[in-house]
Amino acid sequence: MDEGLRNELNRQGVFTTTLEGLYNWGRKNSVWPLQFGLACCAIEMIATTMARYDLARFGSEIFRPSPRQADLMIVSGTVTKKMAPQIVRLYNQMPEPKYVIAMGACAISGGPFKQGYNVLKGIDRYLPVDVHIPGCPPRPEALIQAIMTLQQKIAEQSLNGEARPRHLQLEAPSEFPIPQYGEHDLVPPSNPNVWQPPRRVHT
Amino acid sequence: MEAVTQIKKRIEAAVPGAQISIVPNGSAANPPSLRVKRADALAVCRFLRDDPQLQFDYVSNVTGVDWLDSVVREKVRVLRMVEGVEREYEDEMEIKRPGRLEAIYHLYSMALKQGPLILRMRTENRGDRAHLPSLTPIWRGCELQEREAYDLFGIIFDGHPDLRRLLMWEGFKDHPMRKDYVEPDDSEYEPTPHDTVLERVRARELKRGRL
Repeated sequence: MDEGLRNELNRQGVFTTTLEGLYNWGRKNSVWPLQFGLACCAIEMIATTMARYDLARFGSEIFRPSPRQADLMIVSGTVTKKMAPQIVRLYNQMPEPKYVIAMGACAISGGPFKQGYNVLKGIDRYLPVDVHIPGCPPRPEALIQAIMTLQQKIAEQSLNGEARPRHLQLEAPSEFPIPQYGEHDLVPPSNPNVWQPPRRVHT
Repeated sequence: MEAVTQIKKRIEAAVPGAQISIVPNGSAANPPSLRVKRADALAVCRFLRDDPQLQFDYVSNVTGVDWLDSVVREKVRVLRMVEGVEREYEDEMEIKRPGRLEAIYHLYSMALKQGPLILRMRTENRGDRAHLPSLTPIWRGCELQEREAYDLFGIIFDGHPDLRRLLMWEGFKDHPMRKDYVEPDDSEYEPTPHDTVLERVRARELKRGRL
């Protein structure tokens, strides 16, 4: 709709929007995260929800204890190989539409403990991650910026067409295979549909 | 606290037949430790806990050490016949030291505010006879820490009430803190490899013909 016409109508007290805009506005302003803290980044996440950097202003009022009622999983902290199947299991239990924020260096790529024998080198090996927050730990402002980036991403999703979100595509998977405990490592070590190692190009 | 030599004498007096040796440690900050034989361990530790002058009632740390098979060159005095005269000469001999696993306990006394006393126990070898008596019946604090030593080193503690892995999962086969542990090869995801990972990446790239 023409901007001038919209402004004119607004001045007259008539508010116009699209169905898409309304749908996305409702979704993005009520993102309920799952109570999911693993390590030190969880403390920063808790600090973000407290009085000084209040995350509830952005719609993340309640951190749900049950994955069935949450639509955002903030993976905050080092992901150990022993914990990884449980994380994927919790993600599978979340109903669509669901989003993942990888908070901190450990969740993105293993972080400072990457050489550890029990450290999974990034949760994006098994889950599709929407926003990555670098930092060790990232400041509460960075987490707020990540939530805002996620809100912007949700606002830009269209209801139909190629760019529609995963929960509106019938053939897109919403549950991902859970890694098993192998004898020397997790089996499989990564999910090839979700993550590919970066190819080295020699010029 | 008494000196370690004094404690050793009193242990040997109280537990007949106990063989204790003192392992020196080099600096003033690190006290020398007592090496205890596997067979005497429980009796010695009961004495350490119950003796009114020592009263070591708190195990603050249980850790493990992996000694690999090593060859040590030592100078030994040998008698040799040279030109009809028998003399003593210094000769270098290679002594093979078999590999062992060792458990180290740090003991403190909360009642008498003294410590630490460091105990060491060695296994027979790193393979099938890596058994040690568990000190959990004497100090409850050893329970989880011995589980960790079992998980990371493979030391099997006989008499432990619940010996299973703590940090790794049940079906895991390796013991990560051993010196010959090889990590699973994950060098595909290394944007900036260096040191050992760089060697692995180079080997892989060469094998693939610099793909």
